[in-house]
Amino acid sequence: MSTEMYKPGSYPNLPPPPGTVGFYGWIKSNLFSSISNSLLTIISVVLVYYLIDGIIGWFFFDAVFDADSKIECRKIDNGACWAVITRRVGQFVYGFYPEAERWRIDISFLTMFIAFAPLLYPDLPKRKWLLWFSGIYPFFAFVLINGGFFGLAKIEYSLFGGFMLTVILGVTGIVCSLPIGILLALGRQSKLTVVRTLSVCFIEFMRGVPLITLLFVASSMLNYFMPPGTNFSILVRVIIMFTFFSAAYIAEVIRGGIQAIPKGQYEAADALGMNYWQTTRFITLPQALKISIPGIMNTFIGLYKDTTLVVVIGLLDPLGIGRAALADTKWNGLSTETYLFVALFFFVSCFAMSRYSLWLENKLNTEHK
Amino acid sequence: MKTKILLAAATAGVMFAGSVLASTLDEVRARGKLNCIINTGLAGFAAPDDKGKWTGFDVDFCRAVAAATLGDADKVNYTTATGKTRFTKLAAGEGEILSRNTTWTFSRDVDLSQTFIGVSYYDGQGFMVPKALGVKSAKGLDGASVCIQTGTTTELNLAEFFAGNGMKYNPVPIETNAEAQELYKAGRCDVYTTDASGLYATMSSFDNPADHMVLPEIVSKEPLGPVVRHGDDQWADIVAWTLKAMMAGEELGITSANVKSLAGKDNKNKEINRLLGKDPLQGISKLGLSADWAVNIIAQVGNYEEVFEKNLGMSTPLKIARGMNQLYRDGGLFYIPPIK
Repeated sequence: MSTEMYKPGSYPNLPPPPGTVGFYGWIKSNLFSSISNSLLTIISVVLVYYLIDGIIGWFFFDAVFDADSKIECRKIDNGACWAVITRRVGQFVYGFYPEAERWRIDISFLTMFIAFAPLLYPDLPKRKWLLWFSGIYPFFAFVLINGGFFGLAKIEYSLFGGFMLTVILGVTGIVCSLPIGILLALGRQSKLTVVRTLSVCFIEFMRGVPLITLLFVASSMLNYFMPPGTNFSILVRVIIMFTFFSAAYIAEVIRGGIQAIPKGQYEAADALGMNYWQTTRFITLPQALKISIPGIMNTFIGLYKDTTLVVVIGLLDPLGIGRAALADTKWNGLSTETYLFVALFFFVSCFAMSRYSLWLENKLNTEHK
Repeated sequence: MKTKILLAAATAGVMFAGSVLASTLDEVRARGKLNCIINTGLAGFAAPDDKGKWTGFDVDFCRAVAAATLGDADKVNYTTATGKTRFTKLAAGEGEILSRNTTWTFSRDVDLSQTFIGVSYYDGQGFMVPKALGVKSAKGLDGASVCIQTGTTTELNLAEFFAGNGMKYNPVPIETNAEAQELYKAGRCDVYTTDASGLYATMSSFDNPADHMVLPEIVSKEPLGPVVRHGDDQWADIVAWTLKAMMAGEELGITSANVKSLAGKDNKNKEINRLLGKDPLQGISKLGLSADWAVNIIAQVGNYEEVFEKNLGMSTPLKIARGMNQLYRDGGLFYIPPIK
């Protein structure tokens, strides 16, 4: 014990007593503070160990990553049989797109990020130039994926499938539904009776009908309305339905944002002599869209996952490819592995979208809450 | 008034467009590919292999028609359809053939304006039990608990079968085939009932298929076959005789291995000569096919027996016995008109 004398106020900060802080301190106070707590801790650790041991073992250590069939998998080890995925990863990604032409999908997918970057990140250097590319990207991607121009072979839509189909449906639906949704939201608030009525009818009809019904309409009914012989691809029909459906939801989300703007904002705009479009462009939309970001992203993620519904009209999205794989007598019965893999893909893409929306919310946060 | 004019115009347009359509065969030849509507995935009948190539019993029939009409079994575009969308896809012209384990019924044939061109596979509702149960016949299932998909014809067939034999059962209602598999594996029900081919597919997905068996009784009629649209008899004949040629191949002993040599020489059995184009069949040009149409089918796809054994037979995990699906002379139901 030190007996050194200190002047008032100059006593140095001593370290806390040993065993109360740091790793051991935390363990002692949180896990072993009493006999019953200690018992609970030990039981939990044992339980977690067995659980994780089983799960991790099934996932990795006892799993088979390459084999010719399920029977062969079971001969090698008794964990997951990931061979069904590794052997068919091309199908899960590209569907039945011809192997020799798959580079076209790769390029479209990679350049998609370049096209989206200037739209998603406003601070990007050389953004003006990149925006030009974003403008022509849809045509670029269409020509590349669909083919039929510049010596590229035309690829039948029936060969589209897998993650590629999900991304095409999801991204096109998302990109097209936002502007339509904004117009519908403005239309619903419009003072022009015709515009307002049409918008309300469209929104209420699309929201009032289950998506699966619209998909059946796309797959069956539209054919009867077209003259025989017209080749109006099922893919385009489905994309239109997805876009309309999601646009109706987006419209309502944005309307919520518009209505949350204080009346004083409009009055101020009027006082400045702004006309309707100026008010909309500089006052209404910037604020309404910012407020609606979480809702919009919610709708988008919903739309993205809803693309799996195309399985009911016979399009082979990842879920459909998975089911088709299970119908192969070689892999029959490996449903757990297949569905987990598809779930992982959807989780990763949806999580990325959700993180982006959080980032955007923080960036646009002006502390006016 | 305006609507009336519009309606009239639309009707006229549709009728006009309908009348100028070329024959199905010409369309297929002009395109160079046959469009075939198949299942999104059913073990043994239609499933993509690891390379993305569709295989299966129904798929091979599409290939046979392509071989007959285009001379190349690989010239097929496959369009997948679910049970709900298959008929509209056919009606809308998304395919020339629906080859998707479709049961031939009165209303599907007549009411939906389509033509069933024959039976390629006789299916029927059966029962699967664990061997440990010790039951050898469906008549011994009194008091058993049965997994059954609700809202299907199988439910009705089951009730009729048990009532007809004065037996009782406990239904375990389920929604999907996958759910049934899990319940059955967990021992929640003693018996699982659905179409026999589905039972074999389910059984092959088990870790120990040998522990289960399908009982001999088949309690319903499910004749499955390819379907074409009404209105083009030439096309219907082509598809029908493609199927018959495959069966005739089995009856006459023509296989993919020996078809080329048989086609090259004069056979004692004149029916072989006629089928393989040595002695020309009267009217083959009316069908729009070349003389070697059957040679192409059997050489590139195989006769009925080969196709059955390759996709469903004892050498596959499905291990389905021929049963009703063999020639009449072997005790089956296939009786082919003479090739004359």
